[in-house]
Amino acid sequence: MNIHEYQGKELFRKYNVPVPNGILIHDKSEAVRAAEEIGTPVVVVKAQIHAGGRGKGGGVKLAKSPQEAEQHAGDILGMTLVTHQTGPKGRRVRKVLIEEGMEIARELYISLLIDRQTSRVMIMASEAGGMEIEEVAAETPEKIITEVINPVVGVKPYLARKIAFALNIKGEALKKAVPFIMNLYQCFVKEDLSMLEINPLVITGDDGVLALDAKIDIDDNALARHKDTQEFRDLDEEDPNEIEASKHNLNYIQLDGNIGCMVNGAGLAMATMDIIKHSGGEPANFLDVGGGANEEQIENAFRILVSDKKVKAILINIFGGILRCDILAAGVVAATKTINLQIPVVIRMEGTNMAEGHQILKDSGLNFIIGQGMKDAAKKAVQAIQ
Amino acid sequence: MSILVDEKTRLLVQGITGREGLFHAGQCREYGTHLVAGVTPGKGGQTVMDDVPVFNTVKQAVDKTQANATMIFVPPAFAADAILEAADAGVPLIICISEGIPVYDMVEVYDYIKDSGSRLIGPNCPGIISPGKCKIGIMPAHIHKKGNVGIISRSGTLTYEAVGQLTALGIGQSTCVGIGGDPIIGTRYIDTLKLFQRDRTTKAICLIGEIGGTAEEEAAYFIKKNITKPVVGFIAGQTAPPGRRMGHAGAIISGGQGTAESKMKVMKKCGIKVVKSPADLGKTIARCL
Repeated sequence: MNIHEYQGKELFRKYNVPVPNGILIHDKSEAVRAAEEIGTPVVVVKAQIHAGGRGKGGGVKLAKSPQEAEQHAGDILGMTLVTHQTGPKGRRVRKVLIEEGMEIARELYISLLIDRQTSRVMIMASEAGGMEIEEVAAETPEKIITEVINPVVGVKPYLARKIAFALNIKGEALKKAVPFIMNLYQCFVKEDLSMLEINPLVITGDDGVLALDAKIDIDDNALARHKDTQEFRDLDEEDPNEIEASKHNLNYIQLDGNIGCMVNGAGLAMATMDIIKHSGGEPANFLDVGGGANEEQIENAFRILVSDKKVKAILINIFGGILRCDILAAGVVAATKTINLQIPVVIRMEGTNMAEGHQILKDSGLNFIIGQGMKDAAKKAVQAIQ
Repeated sequence: MSILVDEKTRLLVQGITGREGLFHAGQCREYGTHLVAGVTPGKGGQTVMDDVPVFNTVKQAVDKTQANATMIFVPPAFAADAILEAADAGVPLIICISEGIPVYDMVEVYDYIKDSGSRLIGPNCPGIISPGKCKIGIMPAHIHKKGNVGIISRSGTLTYEAVGQLTALGIGQSTCVGIGGDPIIGTRYIDTLKLFQRDRTTKAICLIGEIGGTAEEEAAYFIKKNITKPVVGFIAGQTAPPGRRMGHAGAIISGGQGTAESKMKVMKKCGIKVVKSPADLGKTIARCL
């Protein structure tokens, strides 16, 4: 689960990772008071959306007076911010963070993530802060420092020092950087994060070490044991269909095509999207109904698929294992009748109780198109639209 | 022959008194797997399916029944603990079906397992089957057929798809191993490839991957150097958008890494027959035999 910058900074404060003073506002009328309370000659007005690249998109502005802060907040709140991470549709800004301005001596980069190669937590750091790390990795990979953390020992002072020295942090700032890095690791592990990125990590003019930004992804599998971070979920940042699907324990991701698909299993669901594309069509979504779906879930899945107005045909691809074909067929028939479906439905079913499933489809009197194998089904779905 | 599981496998099931655990333990037994014990803490002394004893701890179960493999059906919040218990009791083969284990739990588990004598398959996997001999997992048994194609996959139903195509062509499988869809798993492609290379029954290998991470690329380089048997590969998620988790916790393109395109390119370069369409898996393998 992604969270906002201001929420990430709340987590940082909990672990004594220094962040700038800031106040979150929802309306520009709150801006003057917020800027006055912060009290620095310059404040920064920052759009809060779940995407990076906000600065370039016009979502981060400096203000030299509370009045200017109000003006910027007014401009940013309600705007649709388009960055390289939002896609062309962009995201509507509903919240703004007003933060203290400061004299920045250096901009660095640090991130923590789960390294799949070593199956351990890895720290990445670089002196090239403020830049996209992918760019740094491509152009000057030697500027990236990596440290893989032994889970038994964690980040000890020597390791934090090693990273700080590699970043050329000196003097007073070094003394602050060591606990900063150690606390950051604690935050990552204790809060079950799957990604944490600070870009930039700044050294201020008076040798302070601060997280100027916070980009955090929390491990969805661990959310159940973090009641407080569960509340960070922001439904405004999610697709309505995806929210609806998550209520029914369905794995749904909205895409741009016009063939809706319903599949059991994540791998097969991805492969179904692929074969639609190879057959000349465009998938409208990824939908994994899971291994043990029941009739009700199938019906809900169906409703979600057709609520996307772009969908002109539906392709159901089921390889029955635990999920029996007869259960699926009954669910599909029931759903088709209840929602009075008008678009073509192509069904490919194989595996457990396949014959019974096909009989149910036949007996329903509804006009389903039956696919023999994945390829045939995909082809028929594409043809059904033309 | 086959790899990892066969007639000599003695299975215990952790979480056997749960609904799913009981159902699948029964299915495995029906297939011919020697189901010797179950473990559910606090329910020791009971029996399930008439004659399968339930123990409080894995250690007790192993001491009494000489179980040499365990299948874990424990809710995700407790699954890491169950894996550690099995490894601590010295069970040589641990197959964890549970999906949704917090990733940091797996960081700790992996660190423990790698220095233990146990091999972990999964988590978040369908299990292993050596057709005609032993099934440990949730795959539909009836689609399989005894034969000489080895299958390794990160995905469940997509493996069934490949198996279904092969069986329809009259081609059987030596062993099918679901290694799991999580970012941290106990056994990777390379470990399984080594076993298939040594197994005399296995004549060809089918490697099914998906977006996310670089495990397929590593496997491809390993195959080029060490595997003399023909390998057919497929990568799911060629049309997946970056930055989104496609059902499996490990199936995500991030920072430009883990795309299907880059995986397929490396695999081809390393001599693997890569099929673009999953519908071509069966017939491409058939041509290798």
